[in-house]
Amino acid sequence: MTQLLETTNLTAFYGDFQALFGIDVSVQDGECVALIGSNGAGKSTFLRAITGMIPAKGQNVNFGGQNVAGMTADKIHKAGMAMVPEGRRLFPSLSVEENLLIGAAGKRPGPWSLDGVYDLFPDLVAKRHNPGTALSGGQQQMVAIGRALMSNPQLLLCDEISLGLAPKVIKDIYTAVPKIRAGGTAILVVEQDVGQAMAVADRVYCFMEGRVTLSGTPDSLTRAQIAAAYFGSNEDEEAA
Amino acid sequence: MVWINAILQGVLLGGLYALFAAGLSLMFGVMRFINIAHGDFIVTAAYLMVAFVTGWSIHPAVAVVLVLISLTTAGYINQRILLNRVLGKDILPPILVTFGMSIIIQNALLEIFSADSRRLPAGWLETGSITISDAISIGWLPLMMFGAAVAVIGGLQLVFYKTALGRMLRATSDDPEIVPLMGGNNAHIFAVATALASLVVGIAGIFLAMKTNFDPSAGPARLLFAFEAVIIGGLGSLWGTLAGGIILGVAQTLGAQIDAGYQILAGHLVFLALLVVRPRGLFPKM
Repeated sequence: MTQLLETTNLTAFYGDFQALFGIDVSVQDGECVALIGSNGAGKSTFLRAITGMIPAKGQNVNFGGQNVAGMTADKIHKAGMAMVPEGRRLFPSLSVEENLLIGAAGKRPGPWSLDGVYDLFPDLVAKRHNPGTALSGGQQQMVAIGRALMSNPQLLLCDEISLGLAPKVIKDIYTAVPKIRAGGTAILVVEQDVGQAMAVADRVYCFMEGRVTLSGTPDSLTRAQIAAAYFGSNEDEEAA
Repeated sequence: MVWINAILQGVLLGGLYALFAAGLSLMFGVMRFINIAHGDFIVTAAYLMVAFVTGWSIHPAVAVVLVLISLTTAGYINQRILLNRVLGKDILPPILVTFGMSIIIQNALLEIFSADSRRLPAGWLETGSITISDAISIGWLPLMMFGAAVAVIGGLQLVFYKTALGRMLRATSDDPEIVPLMGGNNAHIFAVATALASLVVGIAGIFLAMKTNFDPSAGPARLLFAFEAVIIGGLGSLWGTLAGGIILGVAQTLGAQIDAGYQILAGHLVFLALLVVRPRGLFPKM
């Protein structure tokens, strides 16, 4: 397996506020990696930094053999990184099918097409001409994932895809992950549900307060280690 | 009979107002951009047409193509290198910049073409008409303007709802922050929207040049009619803009039927009345 994504000492700021402190994260070709951590730990900021939504100029984000740090979001997308944004962010005035087609606007070649997405999420077929935002939360999430897949990404980024969804719906959505990986796409998920993350990922990184506090394969990590990395090991640090 | 005639002429005049307004409506719809220099762009297109035809003796058909190409190109470049810089959450900077452009354009036109009013001689088109009855006849030029308005708005509607470009424009209108994550380049998409709007501005300018006398300071009044048509129709709705133009046109011709001095006033009064009754316009989309 070759390295697909590698960040070295990545930092990010919102104005004067530093949100990330030297993050080293890597994803191999075809791998599924999960980022866990509590609210405000910096997981979503990390995704925003590598996709070009917040400036990362002069830093090191190696993706598919080139440094994409400082490139604009649309260029990074064309390089093969597609995002399922937090809150889904479907285009309300577009139908389900039009939302999917927007994803294909960059014309990257690859296995995914409208038919492929409808095979992956058959629930969407009957709704293809409905406005995207008229669907249930789970179906909207399927559209958001499908829209990202339409660009035939090498790396699919999923930000909080299970947030606000019923457990049954989350299970349905996660059954798509192996099928997506079968097409050769690597996946980086941000997930607050540790159990779900452990079940689906090859490796996990735990974020806390803008730093990676733990990483490894799910079976190499104990519950105690994860709890310590997730919540902080001593009370003083928590208070700070 | 004279009233029916007035309404009919008003509907046709509404076509011209819809042409004035369509570009404004489009730019506001895609990027919430209010172009105060819109009327001056229309007048610039009219001057360009007159300069090509009477100044350089270019065949009118060729001149039309040249005007439309110039306007579309200039629109793209203007958005890409200037107006994109002031686009943002705050709507005030674009208003200030285009207000400045409006003053610059008016003075430049004054410098180049003098304060004399101009008109594009349109030959038989100026007076030719179809007689329907003793009291009612329809001029070829107003009929052409109305047909052009319907064609332009129908064409824009097709572009917006049936093409990949239109899909991207609507997506950008919904959520410009997310579009780059889907591979769209906002700077380019905004410039394409302005180029399309400028194409319509060119068409409007050519008809303005044939329809009436105009001078370098004619822009702001056109902007006002365009604003009124857009707001009566409802923000973001193209067919609404046509309806708004027609309502404005009919109000003006009916006002003029009562007394020639009431033409413009009647239009403004109807606009104000509609603003009170339906502040969001007739067919609001946003």
